[in-house]
Amino acid sequence: MNTTRLVIVAVGGQGNLLASSVLGEAALLSDISVRMSEIHGMAQRGGVVESAMLFGDARSYVISDGEADVLVGFEPSETLRALKKCNRNTIVITNLHPLPPFTVAIGKGVYPDLDELQATIRAKAAGLVAIDAVKLARQAGNELSVNMVLLGALIRTGKLPIKAETVKEAIRSRSKQAFVESNISAFDLGYGAAQ
Amino acid sequence: MNKLLTKERGRKMFLLGNEAIVRGAIEAGLAFGATYPGTPSSEISANLFEISQESDLYFEYSTNEKVALEVAAAAANSGVRSMAIMKHVGLNVAADALMTLAYVGVKAGMVVLSADDPFMFSSQNEQDNRYYGKLSGLPVLEPSTIEEAKEMIKYAFDLSEKLQEPVLFRTTTRINHSTGIVTLGDIAPPKTSGDFTKDPFNYVTVPAVSRNLHIKLLKHWDEARSIAEGSPYNFIEACPGNSLAGGKGPYGIICNGVSYGYVRDAVKDLDIEGKVRILRIGFSNPMPGALIKDFLKGCEKVLVAEEGEPYMEEAVKAFAQEAGLTLPITGKGEEEFSRLFEFDPAGVRKVIARYFNVPYEPVAVPDLSDVPEVPSRPPNLCAGCSHRATFYIVKQAAEGMDTIFPTDIGCYTLGVLPPLSMADFLICMGSSVSTSCGFSKVTKKKVISFIGDSTFFHSGIPGLINAVFNNHNFTLFILDNGTTAMTGHQPNPGVDTSLLNLTGYGRVSIEDMVRAAGVKEVTVIQPYKVKKSIEAVKKALEFQGVSVVISKEMCTLYAKGLKLQSKRRYQVGSKCKNHRDCINLLACPAFYLSEGRVQIDAAQCTGCSVCAQICPENAITPIKD
Ligand code: SF4
Repeated sequence: MNTTRLVIVAVGGQGNLLASSVLGEAALLSDISVRMSEIHGMAQRGGVVESAMLFGDARSYVISDGEADVLVGFEPSETLRALKKCNRNTIVITNLHPLPPFTVAIGKGVYPDLDELQATIRAKAAGLVAIDAVKLARQAGNELSVNMVLLGALIRTGKLPIKAETVKEAIRSRSKQAFVESNISAFDLGYGAAQ
Repeated sequence: MNKLLTKERGRKMFLLGNEAIVRGAIEAGLAFGATYPGTPSSEISANLFEISQESDLYFEYSTNEKVALEVAAAAANSGVRSMAIMKHVGLNVAADALMTLAYVGVKAGMVVLSADDPFMFSSQNEQDNRYYGKLSGLPVLEPSTIEEAKEMIKYAFDLSEKLQEPVLFRTTTRINHSTGIVTLGDIAPPKTSGDFTKDPFNYVTVPAVSRNLHIKLLKHWDEARSIAEGSPYNFIEACPGNSLAGGKGPYGIICNGVSYGYVRDAVKDLDIEGKVRILRIGFSNPMPGALIKDFLKGCEKVLVAEEGEPYMEEAVKAFAQEAGLTLPITGKGEEEFSRLFEFDPAGVRKVIARYFNVPYEPVAVPDLSDVPEVPSRPPNLCAGCSHRATFYIVKQAAEGMDTIFPTDIGCYTLGVLPPLSMADFLICMGSSVSTSCGFSKVTKKKVISFIGDSTFFHSGIPGLINAVFNNHNFTLFILDNGTTAMTGHQPNPGVDTSLLNLTGYGRVSIEDMVRAAGVKEVTVIQPYKVKKSIEAVKKALEFQGVSVVISKEMCTLYAKGLKLQSKRRYQVGSKCKNHRDCINLLACPAFYLSEGRVQIDAAQCTGCSVCAQICPENAITPIKD
């Protein structure tokens, strides 16, 4: 089996670790070999969190620059920062809702223009799916389900060897009971938005 | 129930490396564990601590790694399988105990886990702890995958019992913090209580005893070497499709740990599987000399792929010399592997291609030179962190003084970043206090140092006693936020364990401790009370001799978890004249600018009120609900 390499970048607290563990669980249910590594920051909030997931035969746990098949960014400027992980064949999925870093908040940096950001990504990668995941998460009834919206969009690209139904099964088993319903509908909304 | 106690044998789970290690230890019948928390090993301890509350396992957070190792060593010498868990630099702290424990040995299996951190994701250095195996004469095991880590822990306990020596289990961050599919095995019933049989002439390491014990250790080392030769964790592998299987492959690669995965992937990607033989070393001290010589004889050229130091490379070259072999062997070098940082698949592929002269076209990384710079997102103290308040207070109180700020290891190390800029020197746990002694002696500057509560208990106390005894002159701040925050809020001896619904623990008062050490000038401040604290700190700074200020306020993230955080939230009102003292002096991440005006993100505000107290216009006020 070929290897599919997925990089997920997010800002601490956005729930990307749950997203990646759902994908891992779904791979396990699909009998697909999967490896993942993530850099856990310190306890402080607000840093960048990156996970690398390899589906298939690979034996490495990390993904080198230029070697991601898919990049999912939970925050637009972080998607842009992670572009070094991509090549001309990479599909990029990004949330469009910005969480400006503190450096911007205090005037020590300029947040990239969202239109330019999308144009840049389109020019460098094979394709871009850009959605306002926060809006869809709210629509699903839980603002914190941004991660599930993006999972839905990711699965819709068909780049991963995992079916939507299997991911939903994993969402059901990995989410807290109170959030199962909103997480599933967030997943569906993301799936629908990514066509 | 902790998921790692699942009884279903054969069940597959997607586990973090640290969880797989815990599961392996539980399957091996681990009965006793001790640790001082340190990333990347922390989740091992967090899980064992949880499991200890649900089972017969004994687990403790010890005051430091040396203590943890000694506590566990006594258990192992009373016939109870034990484990001491620490990050790589923690083993430096425990090294004194380790070196002579190797002489004494153990009765039941004992594993010392050292989590190394190549690239220093969360550490002050990237030392390669395999050398502790050589230094102590103890066996070293290193897993390459998550699944293997679980199995290898069980092997480590058996090996330890067989050799009657503790075994070093060395991981790297990419094992601890990677996740993979693990198949559960049976859980062996732990033997939780033991007995100690007196045998002072084998246990009390006076010189006459130790001379005999060293002879015994070397015998164990010989035995370990012959086990390493036949260990299933040291194996020669011809890649699939290698028609030369078991025979002569011209290219040899020797690897260990996560490098093994990179090598396997690279050999496949470069399509040289038919030419390569791999020697994977998982039992790396003592090195299996006969196996290595055998491997070398089948190769024309050998590359050693290992992160960190040329530990295997040096041994392999020595074995080649012994065997009279002159084939080229290389590992570290300008054109080969670096001793710095961690490996990645593309880097390993490139070195292999170059060394064996294989055509290779690296993946084209997009040219990003025209992409606008993305604003950086450095780590920052949490919104409302009490350390920020303390730093501000000290800055105000020390205004005009020529200062040096030795700091220590914890969240507050982030005080190094501007605008706080309250860190000038740091080498290791506890160094803030002892380096203050030296700085204050040879410079004319006012020395003000910072140490957290947990770090103070870990190794700050001897430095403080030294300061009193040798009559040094500095002010030490003990930042007591009631938890070991940076590694994930573990308890320490000063913690109120009743808040965590834990019973059966004692509690040590930092203030009593400091006074008992002979410090005459002790001040306790509440850093959220800014003005009052500044006055108190000014007085402490004037004192000639050792003064200690204990800054007491709960870590706000911890408070949030315990539902003890203030409910109040603040806002910037119309009185704001845009001086921006709040942003420029505090840099709390709850602030943001909107149309050139300072605002507070209510979702991030923790209600500490520090900014409200420093605003010269009194423009920051609580939100009324
Ligand atoms: S975790 Fe606690 S001590 Fe660490 S930065 Fe956050 S509030 Fe401060």
